[in-house]
Amino acid sequence: MSDAPREIDALLGTRWRRPPLIRRRWLRWTVLAGFAAYLVAAVATIPVDWGRVYEGLDRGAAFVAAFLTPDFASRWTDIWNGMVESIVMTVAASVVGIAVSIPIGLGAARNVAPLPVYLVCRAIVAVSRALQEIIVAILLVAIFGFGPLAGFLTLSFATIGFLSKLLAEDIEAMDRAQAEAIRATGARWTQWIEYGVRPQVMPRLIGLSMYRVDINFRESAILGLVGAGGIGATLNTAFDRYEYDTAAAILILIIGIVMALEYLSGLVRGWVQ
Amino acid sequence: MPVAGDPPVWRKRTTGRSLALWFGWLLGLAAFLWCWSIISEATTWFFVWDAPRIAGDIWDRATPPRWSYVAQLGRPIWDTLNIATLGTLIALALAVPVAFLAARNTTPSRLLVRPVALLIIVSTRSINSLIWALLLIAIIGPGVFAGVVAIAIRSIGFCAKLLYEAIEEIDTGQVEAIEATGASRLQTLAYGIFPQIAPAFAGIAVFRWDINIRESTVLGLVGAGGIGLQLQGSLNTLAWPQVALILLVILAAVVISEWVSAKVRGAII
Repeated sequence: MSDAPREIDALLGTRWRRPPLIRRRWLRWTVLAGFAAYLVAAVATIPVDWGRVYEGLDRGAAFVAAFLTPDFASRWTDIWNGMVESIVMTVAASVVGIAVSIPIGLGAARNVAPLPVYLVCRAIVAVSRALQEIIVAILLVAIFGFGPLAGFLTLSFATIGFLSKLLAEDIEAMDRAQAEAIRATGARWTQWIEYGVRPQVMPRLIGLSMYRVDINFRESAILGLVGAGGIGATLNTAFDRYEYDTAAAILILIIGIVMALEYLSGLVRGWVQ
Repeated sequence: MPVAGDPPVWRKRTTGRSLALWFGWLLGLAAFLWCWSIISEATTWFFVWDAPRIAGDIWDRATPPRWSYVAQLGRPIWDTLNIATLGTLIALALAVPVAFLAARNTTPSRLLVRPVALLIIVSTRSINSLIWALLLIAIIGPGVFAGVVAIAIRSIGFCAKLLYEAIEEIDTGQVEAIEATGASRLQTLAYGIFPQIAPAFAGIAVFRWDINIRESTVLGLVGAGGIGLQLQGSLNTLAWPQVALILLVILAAVVISEWVSAKVRGAII
């Protein structure tokens, strides 16, 4: 009777432990050690002037305080003009970008387009996605001069890469049976797209377009930093002059508009789906 | 049996709906034309007509890229990688608690805590990392550190949003099973909820890291370290062959990071 507890132990077996993410022990430790070594090297090579950071805390506090008392009034005309320019660029670039990305999206879907068209459209998408907005903006400002035209072209170009890729993936994932049923009625290619493909991808296309409008507005806020129009130039000037209350006012406006756009896109998505 | 008159032709919409649709298109077109007229007014069209010549001129100056300059880019690339990686790690550490506070099924209070968490998410997300960098440079001075913090702040909202959506979609049965064993709240979190969102978490981390590599390449434009500093310097001195090389390096970095992230995500999910 005395060794009953040991029997229970034997029956219960070993204590359960959470299975590790990487099963092979040596690999697990190598990955961990490598990562730790990288972290040490990375942190060691970042020069941080803690004295400067400490001095900055006052300015940080000043900025937080400015957020509570934003100054919309003293630079209102600059803010208003910048905001209007940002919104105008967003709207125009979204319209053109969406209009251009629909044919390119169709062309980049392998089940709709023939191979040569597919390759050309995929190449356009790849180029547009690889180049960032701000770099495209720098080049376009150098070519077309300062102003909202460069920003408009930048945003349109970026919209094409984003929307065409997602639209093409959606078309490739569509239900073939529906499209084939339309084709079986003897529909032309355009009718096939209109009645077989479009109804299937339309809700998602509208949702993505709304999302892209939102992104375009956020991006339009920084294009001004390189001279491509919009609110960014006003914001940059406010920071340069240490006018934190004006900068805070602009940031609050941006956040407010983005929130409104997100709410709107939620409504539209609920409505089309 | 003969049918009297022509059978009605099938149409996609009723007359009223198609009229409303046309009206909507008309309004949209008017808005677009108004926007275009504002852009057109602010544009010096003389420069635009001159653009092809300017573009050709820049192309002539920028080719061939100055390959020897790549020797000076090692440190900036290392800095860029660090900004993206450390920024992502800090952001993830901060995003996890925010996500748990924002998710409907794990938040301690829907009325008090959840709106605060959602406000953090929307305000960090809606401001671009370049603007965060501008702000941080004004506060803590230019350098790599400002870049790391800018990327971290910008990523909190993004990661927390995706993460809390994943938390809201978890299977409650598993959580209840853990709770039924008498587990504490923290243990439920660790054994009931975390294993369910771990794949999503890893996916989000790698996805954001990929985006952050892209963003950290341009942070230097406002002085926040990385390869963007070299780009800004070369642009300011109109050293187009150097600009061309830097753009090629950035392009390579973006392609490589996208490849890495696709591989890792493929392995996890």
